[in-house]
Amino acid sequence: MAFELNGKTIETDEEGYLVNLSDWSEEVAQYLAQQEGITLTENHWEVINFLRDYYNEFQIAPAVRVLTKAIGKKLGPEKGNSQYLYELFPYGPAKQACKIAGLPKPTGCV
Amino acid sequence: MLHIVNKSPYERPALDSVLATMSGGAILLIEDGVYAAVKGGAQEAKIKAAMERFKVYALAADLEARGMADRVIEGVTVVDYGGFVDLVVEHKPCQSWL
Amino acid sequence: MSVKKFMFVNRKAPYGTIYAWEALEVVLIAAAFEQDVSLAFLDDGVFQLKKGHNTKGIDTKAFEKTWGALEDYDITKLYVAAESLAERGLTADDLAVPVEVLSRSEIGKLMEEQDVILSF
Repeated sequence: MAFELNGKTIETDEEGYLVNLSDWSEEVAQYLAQQEGITLTENHWEVINFLRDYYNEFQIAPAVRVLTKAIGKKLGPEKGNSQYLYELFPYGPAKQACKIAGLPKPTGCV
Repeated sequence: MLHIVNKSPYERPALDSVLATMSGGAILLIEDGVYAAVKGGAQEAKIKAAMERFKVYALAADLEARGMADRVIEGVTVVDYGGFVDLVVEHKPCQSWL
Repeated sequence: MSVKKFMFVNRKAPYGTIYAWEALEVVLIAAAFEQDVSLAFLDDGVFQLKKGHNTKGIDTKAFEKTWGALEDYDITKLYVAAESLAERGLTADDLAVPVEVLSRSEIGKLMEEQDVILSF
């Protein structure tokens, strides 16, 4: 599967995750979010950037429990809870946010 | 002749098999085979003895990937991918001891 | 869901085969299900923990970075066989993460206490 953005063809797997992580850009994120019916706000970007940093550091996309805990540690308890994260990413903070962040599906995510 | 070994000497006898079969030539250690070229381990004496009969090479990228580039046994020549190709061209025939 | 004691036994060197990476994936999955996870490193498995991996030349994900995430998954029980380290010219200081170095027989006893053992 693939989509076109600004004249560039970007490949995705059958679930919509980027095949080449290096294809990611903020425009790609905007496009992927739109496909998911999400309008990206500063709060979304905070989580997306957190995920990208986490991936750069540890080479994996964290499972939702780990993400929630780690966000809480970094951004405070009012953000490190599943209610807040599910409001931002209704189809699952790890699954959906990782897709928009251009990362693979989180390990441990079924 | 060039002998390519890609198995860890601690797990598989591929390198032993080369040493028992051949009287000399060149050995290129790649992938998990590079562990044979690392100092301080139980394999060090074996490689040192082998170097009396064989010229021993190890692939740089595989040593680096395993965090072992800074502890290669003296006398082992580290080569890059270009060096790998040169060895194959220079030595005929070439056997991968899988 | 009841919590079981899972031990993952790693006996293969990294990169030469896919076992080590697959093991790590399954470890993370088990931990995401909040199971009691421990890891044992024996034989060539100890090479997985060696620090200073630079995998640019082989175009593969480096393990080293991911060990750092284990703590986030509440995985803190990493056991390494002393005999396997010594045989390979390694010490605990050569490893990328803090581990408990035990003798083979001590690790063997821990194996007998597990509900499930997965071997890679």
